[in-house]
Amino acid sequence: MNTLHNRSEELFQIYEAYADAHGMVEETEGAEDIAERRRLESIYAASQWQLIWRKFTRNRVALVGGVIVIIYYVVALLAQFFAPYTLSTRFIEYIYLPPQRVHFFHDGKFEPYVYGIELEIDENLRKIYTTNPEKIVPVEFMVRGEPYELFGIFKTDVHLFGSSEGAVSLLGTDRQGRDMFSRVLYGSQISLTIGLLGVLMSLTFGSVLGVVSGYYGGWIDDLIQRMIELVRSFPAIPLWMALSAAVPATWPPLRTYFVVTLILSVIGWTWLARQLRGKVLALRNDDYILAAKLAGAGDGRIIFKHLIPATFSHIIVVATLAMPSMILAETALSFLGLGLRPPITSWGVLLKEAQNLQSIALYPWVFTPALAIAIVILAFNFLGDGLRDASDPYTV
Amino acid sequence: MDKQQRDIGAQDSPVLVSVEDLKKYFPIQRGLFRRTVGYVKAVDGVSFFINEGETLGLVGESGCGKTTTGRLILRAMEPTEGHIFYRQHDRMIDLAGVPSGQMKSLRREMQIIFQDPFSSLNPRMTVMDIISEPLEIHNVAQGQQLKDHVCELLEAVGLKAQHMNRYPYAFSGGQRQRIGIARALALRPRLIIADEPVSALDVSVQAQVLNLLEDLKHKFGLTYLFIAHDLSVVEHISDRVAVMYLGTVVELASSDDLYMNPGHPYTEALLSAVPRSDPDQPSNRILLSGDIPSPANPPPGCKFHPRCPYAQDICSHQAPEWYEISPKHWVVCHFAGQLDLSGIAFQ
Repeated sequence: MNTLHNRSEELFQIYEAYADAHGMVEETEGAEDIAERRRLESIYAASQWQLIWRKFTRNRVALVGGVIVIIYYVVALLAQFFAPYTLSTRFIEYIYLPPQRVHFFHDGKFEPYVYGIELEIDENLRKIYTTNPEKIVPVEFMVRGEPYELFGIFKTDVHLFGSSEGAVSLLGTDRQGRDMFSRVLYGSQISLTIGLLGVLMSLTFGSVLGVVSGYYGGWIDDLIQRMIELVRSFPAIPLWMALSAAVPATWPPLRTYFVVTLILSVIGWTWLARQLRGKVLALRNDDYILAAKLAGAGDGRIIFKHLIPATFSHIIVVATLAMPSMILAETALSFLGLGLRPPITSWGVLLKEAQNLQSIALYPWVFTPALAIAIVILAFNFLGDGLRDASDPYTV
Repeated sequence: MDKQQRDIGAQDSPVLVSVEDLKKYFPIQRGLFRRTVGYVKAVDGVSFFINEGETLGLVGESGCGKTTTGRLILRAMEPTEGHIFYRQHDRMIDLAGVPSGQMKSLRREMQIIFQDPFSSLNPRMTVMDIISEPLEIHNVAQGQQLKDHVCELLEAVGLKAQHMNRYPYAFSGGQRQRIGIARALALRPRLIIADEPVSALDVSVQAQVLNLLEDLKHKFGLTYLFIAHDLSVVEHISDRVAVMYLGTVVELASSDDLYMNPGHPYTEALLSAVPRSDPDQPSNRILLSGDIPSPANPPPGCKFHPRCPYAQDICSHQAPEWYEISPKHWVVCHFAGQLDLSGIAFQ
């Protein structure tokens, strides 16, 4: 043991010198080191979330994705304000009006305007819209238009933009002469919240069942896992069809909306439950869980103080990545006529209205909801990817 | 080795823990309906005792059931059979018979130090939270008192109190092990099961941690069950050593006695594998043939007989008894005391 001890003394001195040089273990002395020491201390005492944030902000694409998602939700929240018209505003004289081009400068000054529209009917009785450069319709900001109730509470009639002298339709109009831009904004309210609600419901079922399944094991685990297999062995679309066929057509729109969300999360939770079970199975055997148990901690403390925090970053990532599939599922369901129906306006409902050859050939702008969907789904995927990379700050 | 042994132990200082014929069988389950097709006999009739204030080393090769034995004593798992007597207020309590609901108060008295300093600390908690968790669970202290308590513990294990807001990743392996030791000490336990506490550390740090464990033992009046596979480490810290092979103890003696005069052929083979510091000294390495048998299907008779260089007919069909070959030196072998086995001498 003496030889071992001598060798260890020697190695310890080398180790200390190394540690000193790197400022790792012992606090280094000297005034110029104080700033460096502070910086290191801020890293050593940084929590999991601070580390995740550091790593996440380095990922530009994810950051852009996050910003786009935030913009989408802000716009959806204030859709009535951002949209120049309401859902039911109709321009009877402008059916299937193509998108208008906005000119930003007038006489060298920033005064956005659109040209006026002239309607002609050709020999085939086809409507042809031409712009009239003589007539200028100025785009005004914070304009008073149709009254609405913001959040259902505040009565106001101020819109972000619009015009008192004519129609301003950025994305054209549909077959009833309704402004597509306003409809896409209104549609986002339903489509984005249905995703959020669906994911929240899936999360609640999935995380509780997944953690319980992994932590307790045994017959509880078997039961939950067989249940998941049963749910997942149904083909999704026929299952949705069956479930939505059970929704009476006479129900009010709001109730249909909640039922459709529920239908979507009936399948969605299985994913998360499986993933969390695997995660908990791995964590359950970690020594720190045993240490807590041997210190006398009960199941509740272990689940809520150790297991859930350890899976939390994972839950957030799964939730973000599940959002696109929820939004797409709602769109698919409504497109097939199984989900939401007018007068509720979601992106899926808007696309269903564009479901004919005529639209594709003659009025392609009625497909702009698809563009809105594509952008938000890409943004969610980028955000989710970035969160996934950042979510485990303890590995390189 | 039941009653008699405990009496002998009592001559020095009272017995704190006495393990008697402890067994843990893990069922092997197959198929959809989890049919039990056999058992892994991880611990198969282990007996030993630990006196208060001493360090008992528990050695053996990987998979021999050392760790399982330690966890059974802590009741981290339920024993299949056997008794774990633990002395509390001058009464022997059989831990194997205590319902799990009533273990909480007993858990204050016995704690564990883990092998892996990385998985034993929750990476999402600060050092303060990690060390204070046991104190919170047992309502020992709150607020400033709790903080003071943690500071004292950190200083006792050689860390700085101002590091308590850091997260585990800011520490090296040896420092993490010190945090784990501080957590184990938080409730002022009497018994500490040290489950290979230094085998994941490099040699320089090993010596520091071993010295720390010795200091703490005197300072806090601890009793250690020191599980290890490194014989030089065990020799350094243990008063007595128990050698395990395939789920049973085969030899139990004071550490000097065991190292110089091993009484079991397996102990001899283990000792011959200890690296020598002097390269000129001839090595008499005893190479055991064959693999360690599966604990699911242990050999009949003496479990060591297929690999034993001294095995005779009797070994293959009759399990050997305990023999006391010299005072307080027990060996489980048919030829105990008759073989001329060579040990090693540490300085």
